[in-house]
Amino acid sequence: MIRSNMVPPPMNVPVKPSAAIAAVPDTPLYEAGKTVYPQSVKGRFRTVKWVLMAVFLGIYYLLPFVRWDRGPNSPDQAVLVDIPNTRFYFFFIELWPQEVYYFTGLLVIAAMVLFLMNAVAGRVWCGYACPQTVWTDLFYAVERWIEGDRRERMKKAKAGLTARRVGELTLKHGIWLLIAWWTGGAWVLYFADAPTLVKDLATFEAPMVAYACIGVLTFTTYTLAGHMREQVCIYMCPWPRIQAALTDEWALNVTYRYDRGEPRTSTKKAADLRALGAKAGDCVDCLQCVAVCPTGVDIRDGAQLGCIQCGLCIDACDAVMAKVGRPSGLIAYDNDVNIERRLSGEAPVYRFVRARTLIYTGIIALVGLVMLYTLSTRTMVDVNVLHDRNPLFVSLSDGSVRNAYTVRFLNKRSDLRTFELSVAGVPIPVVHVIGEEPGSRTIVAVGPDQTREVRVLVTVPPAARIEKSNGITFTVRDVDSGDTATATDHFFGP
Amino acid sequence: MAKEDIDAVTGTATTGHEWDGIKELNNPLPRWWLWTFYASIVWAVLYWIAYPAWPLVSSYTSGLLGYSSRANVAADMAALQALRGEKGAALAKAELVDIEKDPALLAFARAQGRAAFGDNCAPCHGTGATGSKGYPNLNDDDWLWGGTLEAIHQTLQFGIRSGHANARENLMPAFGKDGTLKKDEIVQVASYVRSLAGLPVPQGVNLEAGKKLFADNCTVCHGDDAKGNPELGAPNLTDRIWLYGSDQEAVVETITNSRAGVMPAWADRLDPVTVKALAVYVHTLGGGR
Repeated sequence: MIRSNMVPPPMNVPVKPSAAIAAVPDTPLYEAGKTVYPQSVKGRFRTVKWVLMAVFLGIYYLLPFVRWDRGPNSPDQAVLVDIPNTRFYFFFIELWPQEVYYFTGLLVIAAMVLFLMNAVAGRVWCGYACPQTVWTDLFYAVERWIEGDRRERMKKAKAGLTARRVGELTLKHGIWLLIAWWTGGAWVLYFADAPTLVKDLATFEAPMVAYACIGVLTFTTYTLAGHMREQVCIYMCPWPRIQAALTDEWALNVTYRYDRGEPRTSTKKAADLRALGAKAGDCVDCLQCVAVCPTGVDIRDGAQLGCIQCGLCIDACDAVMAKVGRPSGLIAYDNDVNIERRLSGEAPVYRFVRARTLIYTGIIALVGLVMLYTLSTRTMVDVNVLHDRNPLFVSLSDGSVRNAYTVRFLNKRSDLRTFELSVAGVPIPVVHVIGEEPGSRTIVAVGPDQTREVRVLVTVPPAARIEKSNGITFTVRDVDSGDTATATDHFFGP
Repeated sequence: MAKEDIDAVTGTATTGHEWDGIKELNNPLPRWWLWTFYASIVWAVLYWIAYPAWPLVSSYTSGLLGYSSRANVAADMAALQALRGEKGAALAKAELVDIEKDPALLAFARAQGRAAFGDNCAPCHGTGATGSKGYPNLNDDDWLWGGTLEAIHQTLQFGIRSGHANARENLMPAFGKDGTLKKDEIVQVASYVRSLAGLPVPQGVNLEAGKKLFADNCTVCHGDDAKGNPELGAPNLTDRIWLYGSDQEAVVETITNSRAGVMPAWADRLDPVTVKALAVYVHTLGGGR
């Protein structure tokens, strides 16, 4: 670093080499990460976190094995991303690549739900539902089970390697790798028939890409949840930065109520002070809130980037408050507005109905309704048309004009269907589907859950007067059910 | 070794070299740079051993790995054949007329045909098979030698005036060059022929004389109704499609000096399956009968 008070030495004066080295910056640019040893804790929020962890991991690991009957020609896996056949199945929903906008809708809803959660209760996603939090929590549980609680782990980390220590570490990393491997293994099950793939994986007959995916995810899970932990939240994740810009003063956060806690004193001194009628803070400076924190922050410093708002410090503090005979809730879901109000003697108010919560809810409802509507009115037949680029039109020997199109039929039903193709927009069009008998009705059969591409020639007789470019409409009608779909294109003339 | 000479201004040792009071500072190459340099020399030597490298008098050092770009091409071609696999075999077996009835086979044949067309046919017929003067448009319904699948397949295999034993051959006489018809007679025939297609005729031309000359000289091949004969490759003169242009000069030129376009025989150049795919592709462009 160049400091502003540093001037280059005059050229004619010899300078000792050490003078250049003297200009070292005062503070280091790199700070080594401190290992966090969260202490175990019991309480409301810890229980909520255990339950949510069980639910989320249960869904993730077991969902691929849930079956859903879709008839004879479709897979019976409830949730399946079928890449070779380009289909996505989610219980009663089946999506084709053309319908990728449903995912856009889902992503919009996901973002808005995240924003809404943030407007109501801050980083509740980070604290309870984020996979990084859930898996890190699981890995900490394994670590605690093998190596003991905070103090023991800190002691063992400082002590040298004994045979017992090596055994513990081997066991810990072994279990971590096992969980990580299972995590990767569950991931690939969403992309193929799960029971079959499990069998193939076990007998080493699964495709290479499955093993590669499991390998990559094993590595990332083991690294992120076992080794990087809170550093992912603090250094890698964009959400804390975005969240800070999105939040407002009404959002509930895990808050140290400094109006109650300050000044910090020991239990005894506080009792003495109170006996004299003086003000004493409830915080006994026991540092339990810091000890249990999975990201190693001190919540008493206020809302901060490192705090994932998991509520474990609330549990820790409430336990201490119970012991020292003070009311619980020194740390609680609260906000600075209410701390200020309490300081000035007013009653706290909580406002959940605010412009931003209403707007987020409105957008969620709107996008959800649009998706629901399109999903319920989703057609089971579709048609795409592509005009020949070269030539745009052909003049025939009798003066007729012909245009050629590639027409793709989409049959989204799981049975074979026949469609009738008709054309409108130009006078007296003669339609010929290559491969079908000319002159016959333009009937095209499309297999179950398939698309079929045909070459279609549309000819207009010489008597017909047509423009250089004419709008043309292709209509596809299911002969049996009467379902129709249309596509528009152009018919070019000389 | 003598005591190191330290340059006073920079504090760096010198090499001891001095020219007119200018000293050379000793700033050796960084270690990592040197090691990278040595490693690249080792790499180069290993490369000479592993890959083709040094030219010899009549050949070259082929390298231990046996790499050869020619062998790669052969392997790619074999891989292509393997890729076509079942469908390619099915196409080879299928009768021409049956291909278009099987959607999967038709799609495969058209895809292979389109690629082969781009490689082999587009230089004359154009990428969209629209042709140009002297090179037929393959999208329309006017065919000199017939537009059925069989006829197209035959033309593709053996060509037109290609020199192949089975090539399609015909001869339009050069009436002017051979002296069979005089200049004004040629103008009369040309005008008559154009009138058959509904095209305007120059003023003062005796169409009756043209009609008689046509009947005497042209109907053998082009037919009494001038609608041509695909057996002989004689074009229909009454329609709106003119391979060499429909204006008076072009028709006069055709009658005076004749026309004889050439289409190569592809049976000798392409494998039978590709020729078959090409026939299907051209037939399904739209003009096929």
